[in-house]
Amino acid sequence: MANISAVLYLVAAVLFILALKGLSSPVTALRGNKFGIIGMVIAVLTTFIIMDKPVLGLIAGAIVAGAVIGGWKAKTVEMTGMPELVAAMHSLVGLSAVLIAVAAIFHTGVEHTPVQKVELFIGAFIGAITFTASVIAYGKLSGRFGSKAVSFNGQHLLNLVLALAMLGFGIAYFLTDSHAAFLAMVAIALVLGVTLIIPIGGADMPVVVSMLNSYSGWAAAGIGFTLNNPVLIIAGACVGSSGAILSYIMCKAMNRSIVSVLLGGFGAEAAAGGAAGDSGPKNYKSGSAEDAAFLMSNADSVVIVPGYGLAVSRAQHALQEFAELLHEKGVTVRYAIHPVAGRMPGHMNVLLAEAEVPYEQVLEMEEINSDFNNTDVVLVIGANDVVNPAAQKDKSSPIYGMPILEAHKARTVIVVKRSMSVGYAGLDNELFYMDKTMMVFGDAKKVVEDLVKGVVH
Amino acid sequence: MVDPFIASLTVFVLAVFVGYHVVWNVTPALHTPLMAVTNAISGIIIVGAMLQVVDINGSEITLTSVLGTIGIFLASINIFGGFMVTQRMLDMFKKKKK
Repeated sequence: MANISAVLYLVAAVLFILALKGLSSPVTALRGNKFGIIGMVIAVLTTFIIMDKPVLGLIAGAIVAGAVIGGWKAKTVEMTGMPELVAAMHSLVGLSAVLIAVAAIFHTGVEHTPVQKVELFIGAFIGAITFTASVIAYGKLSGRFGSKAVSFNGQHLLNLVLALAMLGFGIAYFLTDSHAAFLAMVAIALVLGVTLIIPIGGADMPVVVSMLNSYSGWAAAGIGFTLNNPVLIIAGACVGSSGAILSYIMCKAMNRSIVSVLLGGFGAEAAAGGAAGDSGPKNYKSGSAEDAAFLMSNADSVVIVPGYGLAVSRAQHALQEFAELLHEKGVTVRYAIHPVAGRMPGHMNVLLAEAEVPYEQVLEMEEINSDFNNTDVVLVIGANDVVNPAAQKDKSSPIYGMPILEAHKARTVIVVKRSMSVGYAGLDNELFYMDKTMMVFGDAKKVVEDLVKGVVH
Repeated sequence: MVDPFIASLTVFVLAVFVGYHVVWNVTPALHTPLMAVTNAISGIIIVGAMLQVVDINGSEITLTSVLGTIGIFLASINIFGGFMVTQRMLDMFKKKKK
């Protein structure tokens, strides 16, 4: 029996890896997702084989209840709300890990070895931090709590003290088997989750969400160690490394080190830089949507640079309609996506896919940057910092070194923006003042609808 | 006989390497579906929760089994929600294959 279940768990683990592997292309991704589902079914059924006297009613009831809520959320969530959903789901894994660890502590039928005690401790504290940190991240993303970074004096010292106290109670549990010490450790870890995340500002949330994704994996792996369950360890380790890679990619895209993100306080740093960069009023050209539509209809190639402002005003569908019209006129239209264009990794791609933009037209930064030289018109909508040339030229700029979309190299640049106000990083953007740049002011959706009308006439 | 911890550690370290290489090959366009599907996969923690929901010394309702049941409930939300929302997103990418 033990051998059969071990083999079945191995099959499930391989299916999970294939599910991730499928995501290397949109063509194979759907099949990958099916592999993942089959893997999960196998893992759950196999667990019934190895269980001694399972309480079937409770287990089935809990699964059905979870299926109803999870299914409902999956069907109704808006694509703009994906970051919140993902953060909420991380919190569930974290809480789940805590509950399992506490359940195992109070399991009167099992004696824990010293190694298992350490593993329970690790699984529980990672789970607890993941839980509360994800709840805060969820609150910041959904706007329920302010997205501002909260910082106060002695913050890092407080975190250090909490971490040491947590470790102390962990050691006390290890030595005395005291349930109270274990629960105290969990409680401190829950507080630590909050204090670690509140100093991180809204702009850094893509990194935080990726990082918590990673933590949720490590928490699952930690529980897998305690239970000596290979499928938990393998799945957890894959999720953990996936989140870690995404955090790294996001940090690189924002030119931030993971340490500086975690220590927080981006807002303050950027404001200082912005003030220093200002040198009196500058001239810019503005035009109407009709002018912009005329320019683009007569171009050979147009590259659209969408930012989150586009999604906020729900202009994706109108934009796609506009791109179709240009396409019919023989204009080559492509989209250029900066890694931090949305609020989580790959977010903008999903938002464009929802608007039925063919994914062949959607290019990543590395793929498109060398083409800007040969592009007639670049249309920047709702994006700012990701096209700021200061990142390449101005060593004193806080975003210096951040990879950008080189929109400034195109022959003409059209920027759709509400006003001349600054972006997330609080910086002025010299792209807006270049001779070849035309500003079109207004709400993104309204402007794009006018662009559509402009092409028709 | 190798200590079970060492066996687990071996599996863990190898899995980290596999995950690392597989995830670097994921196309950036699908990073959001990747996060959603990893949410579903981390729902595998349901296995750990299930193992707590057992008859202990003749009683079915214990602190352990109740906590385990809540754990199953939470993990199920992740599993169903994660796989279904991933499916929904991937369908959007597929539709455009004209």
